[in-house]
Amino acid sequence: MSRESALVSADWVEEHKFDAGVVLIEVDEDVSAYDTGHIAGAIKLDWKEDLQDPVRRDFVNRQQFEALLSERGVKNDDTVVLYGGNNNWFAAYAYWYFKLYGHGDVRLLDGGRKRWELDSRELTDEVVKREATEYKAKEPDLTIRAFRDEVNEAIGVKNLVDVRSPDEYAGRLLAPAHLPQEQAQRAGHIPTAANIPWSKAANDDGTFRSDDELQALYADAGVDFGKDTIAYCRIGERSAHTWFVLHEILGQANVKNYDGSWTEWGSLVGVPVALGDEPGKA
Amino acid sequence: MCGAKKGGLDLKGVDVDKEAVIQGQVLRGEEPVGGAYVRLLDASGEFTAEVPTSATGHFRFFAAPGNWTLRTLAPKAAPVDREVVAQYGEVAEVAVTV
Repeated sequence: MSRESALVSADWVEEHKFDAGVVLIEVDEDVSAYDTGHIAGAIKLDWKEDLQDPVRRDFVNRQQFEALLSERGVKNDDTVVLYGGNNNWFAAYAYWYFKLYGHGDVRLLDGGRKRWELDSRELTDEVVKREATEYKAKEPDLTIRAFRDEVNEAIGVKNLVDVRSPDEYAGRLLAPAHLPQEQAQRAGHIPTAANIPWSKAANDDGTFRSDDELQALYADAGVDFGKDTIAYCRIGERSAHTWFVLHEILGQANVKNYDGSWTEWGSLVGVPVALGDEPGKA
Repeated sequence: MCGAKKGGLDLKGVDVDKEAVIQGQVLRGEEPVGGAYVRLLDASGEFTAEVPTSATGHFRFFAAPGNWTLRTLAPKAAPVDREVVAQYGEVAEVAVTV
């Protein structure tokens, strides 16, 4: 993977948004954002209603993903271009699903909705309805998804990257300060995890930093590129952004997103937790 | 959920005594700027949160006590930084002109 195969620019989207075989999809945390205006031709995925299992804590399974994309009119050989608000957090999270279920050609719009808006590019409220398809998903690719037991075994062995804010990492906060949320029982981080907030990988306008800057960011924070890496945050969407940087832009092999993240780890009985600004010992 | 939400001036239902609120409005001249992005940076300059402004240009953060920087990005304008101090029991009002 590389920047060229994983990202498209706003200019590219302007030029290709109505091409046959290109599907634009907006994925937001604020699910009303699409309705107030979206890029012409784009359909919407709701990260919660569409992408989470309605009962268990897990995301949609293979059959649910197939049914969703079939109903929304996405074909297996389409080039899927994802974008959204919040610096593409949820678009990156959806990108990770598309890769997990084996979609061939999927891209992120660099800078997402924010860069598009700051450029004063056009948005429309015209509703898009695509003809239904028969989408086929593959078995989930678990080489990019980490579960709790594997994370436990990775302490002191693999790179663990905690992409939350420094206060969440240290245990001074359980969640970003400005929001009421779902929270873990305990605050802190997984011992030996490096704290590299997702935001350091992006410019103010939401576009990704250059390859050289990204490489230096992780190396300087202690990530050993010769080792496997697991990224986590609180519920797995900010860490999907970092997974995208490491696996898709920088082309690192063996990078997983631990989507259970802190809301799972911080509620588990018997697992180690480190407090404070230092990674802590295995 | 992590992330952005719309701000506004109505503090109904918010126990201000327990919150260190930073809020305000983004203006271009006299005109409110909706759809601008306001970033909250901590004392070390690290990103903490970001909200888009409402149609009336308003934004709000529930911060912690301390020194913060608001960085405002708006279409056709250079980024504007404003320093602000937040305290429990007070609402720090900031007007940002781009």
